[in-house]
Amino acid sequence: MSESSGRNIEDLHLKSLTKKFGEVAAVDDLTLTIPAGSFFALLGASGCGKTTTLRMVAGLEDPTSGNIVIGDKDITHLRAFQRPVNTVFQSYALFPHLDIFENVAFGLRRRKVKDVDQKVNAMLELVELGPMARRKPSQLSGGQQQRVAVARALINEPDVLLLDEPLGALDLKLRRQMQIELKRIQVEVGTTFVHVTHDQEEAMTMADTVAVMNAGRIEQMGHPADIYELPQTVFVANFLGQSNLFAGSRTGQSGEVIMVDSHGMKFSVLSSRNSARSDEIIVGIRPEKIVVRDLVDRDNVPSGHNILEGRVTDVSYTGVSTQYVVETSWGQDVTVFEQNVIVGDRCEVGDQVILHWSPEHTFGLAGGETLLHKTAQVLAAGV
Amino acid sequence: MRWIRQRLLGVVAVLVLVYLFIPIAVVAVLSFNKPDGKYNISWNEFSIDAWTNLCGVPGVCASFMTSIRIGVISTIFATVLGTMIAFALVRYRFRGRSTTNLLIFLPMTTPEVVMGASLLALFLNLRFPLGETTIIIAHIMFTISFIVVTVKARLQGMDPRLEEAARDLYANPQATFRYVTFPLVAPGIAGAALLGFSLSFDDFIISFFNAGTVVTFPIYIWGAAQRGIPVQVNALATMVFLAAMVIVLTAQFVSYRKRKALQLPPKALEAALPRS
Ligand SMILES: Nc1ncnc2c1ncn2[C@@H]1O[C@H](COP(=O)(O)OP(=O)(O)OP(=O)(O)O)[C@@H](O)[C@H]1O
Ligand SMILES: [Mg+2]
Repeated sequence: MSESSGRNIEDLHLKSLTKKFGEVAAVDDLTLTIPAGSFFALLGASGCGKTTTLRMVAGLEDPTSGNIVIGDKDITHLRAFQRPVNTVFQSYALFPHLDIFENVAFGLRRRKVKDVDQKVNAMLELVELGPMARRKPSQLSGGQQQRVAVARALINEPDVLLLDEPLGALDLKLRRQMQIELKRIQVEVGTTFVHVTHDQEEAMTMADTVAVMNAGRIEQMGHPADIYELPQTVFVANFLGQSNLFAGSRTGQSGEVIMVDSHGMKFSVLSSRNSARSDEIIVGIRPEKIVVRDLVDRDNVPSGHNILEGRVTDVSYTGVSTQYVVETSWGQDVTVFEQNVIVGDRCEVGDQVILHWSPEHTFGLAGGETLLHKTAQVLAAGV
Repeated sequence: MRWIRQRLLGVVAVLVLVYLFIPIAVVAVLSFNKPDGKYNISWNEFSIDAWTNLCGVPGVCASFMTSIRIGVISTIFATVLGTMIAFALVRYRFRGRSTTNLLIFLPMTTPEVVMGASLLALFLNLRFPLGETTIIIAHIMFTISFIVVTVKARLQGMDPRLEEAARDLYANPQATFRYVTFPLVAPGIAGAALLGFSLSFDDFIISFFNAGTVVTFPIYIWGAAQRGIPVQVNALATMVFLAAMVIVLTAQFVSYRKRKALQLPPKALEAALPRS
């Protein structure tokens, strides 16, 4: 659609947004700016307040306190039908008594816009549903209904499009397909998309900016790759991809390198990659960054790398990669992903191995053993 | 034995249907009778006199029209009020909501004799002249419960997201009601109104207490039964039955057509799917 270039899109600001249901804060003092025209993903476990946040932006729920601002216009107290914001509901919420055409035309007709026919047809073209115009929603497949829901919201050229787990009801294959489709549509129309999901892969592949939400607050926000490479909290390290985390304490620093002692092992963490302020530091490393070698290869480890010894307790071959579980001397399981590019022997269950990785990939997080346990419990219960 | 066992369900079903329809069939058949004497109870001779001369007996048609009028008026009032009550009960949290919910059921469970008699006592105390108005008031009162229950069920079955979606799509509260809520609840309201009308048209006990000198169709039949029911009553009753059948069959046909339309030929679906 051509009007995107001429349209003046503006940033969406949430300022200290809070929503309490009784005593429980579903959304807790949320402050956040969503850049105009971005594909923004709000990622979090079930019940962390994602839907509540979207509903407040849409005007379907009144905030307990805080403000919602688009550009410099405060919309906190506008009613839902007065806001330049549209929603794609998780269950689509298509009007069952209206056909596809009328569903898509609904917003235009309420605002008494001209050229409804032409606009609706163009929009149906964009989502590739032209031939379906006169069908009823119940006569469409899940993926098609999903696109109608997107079309029905987008046709109003909102400043912000809110999508509440729009792909949740689709099977995996269709999900992948629709992810690409949605991304294409977003690029084409240039509208700000706020996409709620609890699928981290979906968030990372689609969004320019990801915000990881936990218990009503934003834990970390940024470009997906940045968050993945340098998580700043234990929750993010575990929720967005997998991490191996070792609780320890700082023993010294030489230049850029902080030394951390964990279970008698010495690890190096770059101070630029450490977000812990106190001496209590959790050392983290992503599974694919670890190199696993036979114990005899000890001498070939590059100097300065972090080293860990252990015994292989599980090997699973997944085609692209091999996943090892290695048990350390203090009984912690370490996960390692190795790309299947090595010719020759792989390590086997029972092998004593040496693990090593670069400090460039290591990150330091605030917290100790108790936080690790607590987060593990939350994640196990939530997702 | 096997034969019977295999067809037992069918046989029982047919017997039950026969049991249900014999009385109606008797009424219909006797509407073509030319009775020998006062009582139209045994077959005498075929005749279409009653059908060609429906209003031939004094009072029959007048009472029939009275009942239709009472039915229509009380149904309109009860449907409007009942629909509003149903909306209030489903949509709003207010003090006394659960009490109201309970009280609404009361007229459904109270014996009609008790209700008729108490209403009569009330009207007499208020010195309210008995007549069509009192019957209509009574009918609105007891049909409203059925209407509330029917509409409430429909409303509760409605996805609240649909109205939220409408609001999100620039529909103000009036437009939301007009374009989304009402069209979705309308079938429920229509069903409730039909039920209300049939309850009103059919009512004898409560009407009898509160009728004064007004003669409704059921009251007419009751009075006529002592002297011998005219054949015209059979003809009118058969007409009412046929009208009801037409309504039911039409509703069935419409929903069948809708269901049929939903079953897509798989080819058409495939062709419509986008490339990919
Ligand atoms: N209307 C409500 N009344 C009371 N509590 C509510 C209400 N809506 C949400 N909550 C609570 O607020 C919290 C956040 O809910 P919300 O629906 O925003 O979560 P979510 O992140 O969207 O979860 P999910 O991924 O499961 O959809 C939950 O603990 C939920 O129980
Ligand atoms: Mg949700």
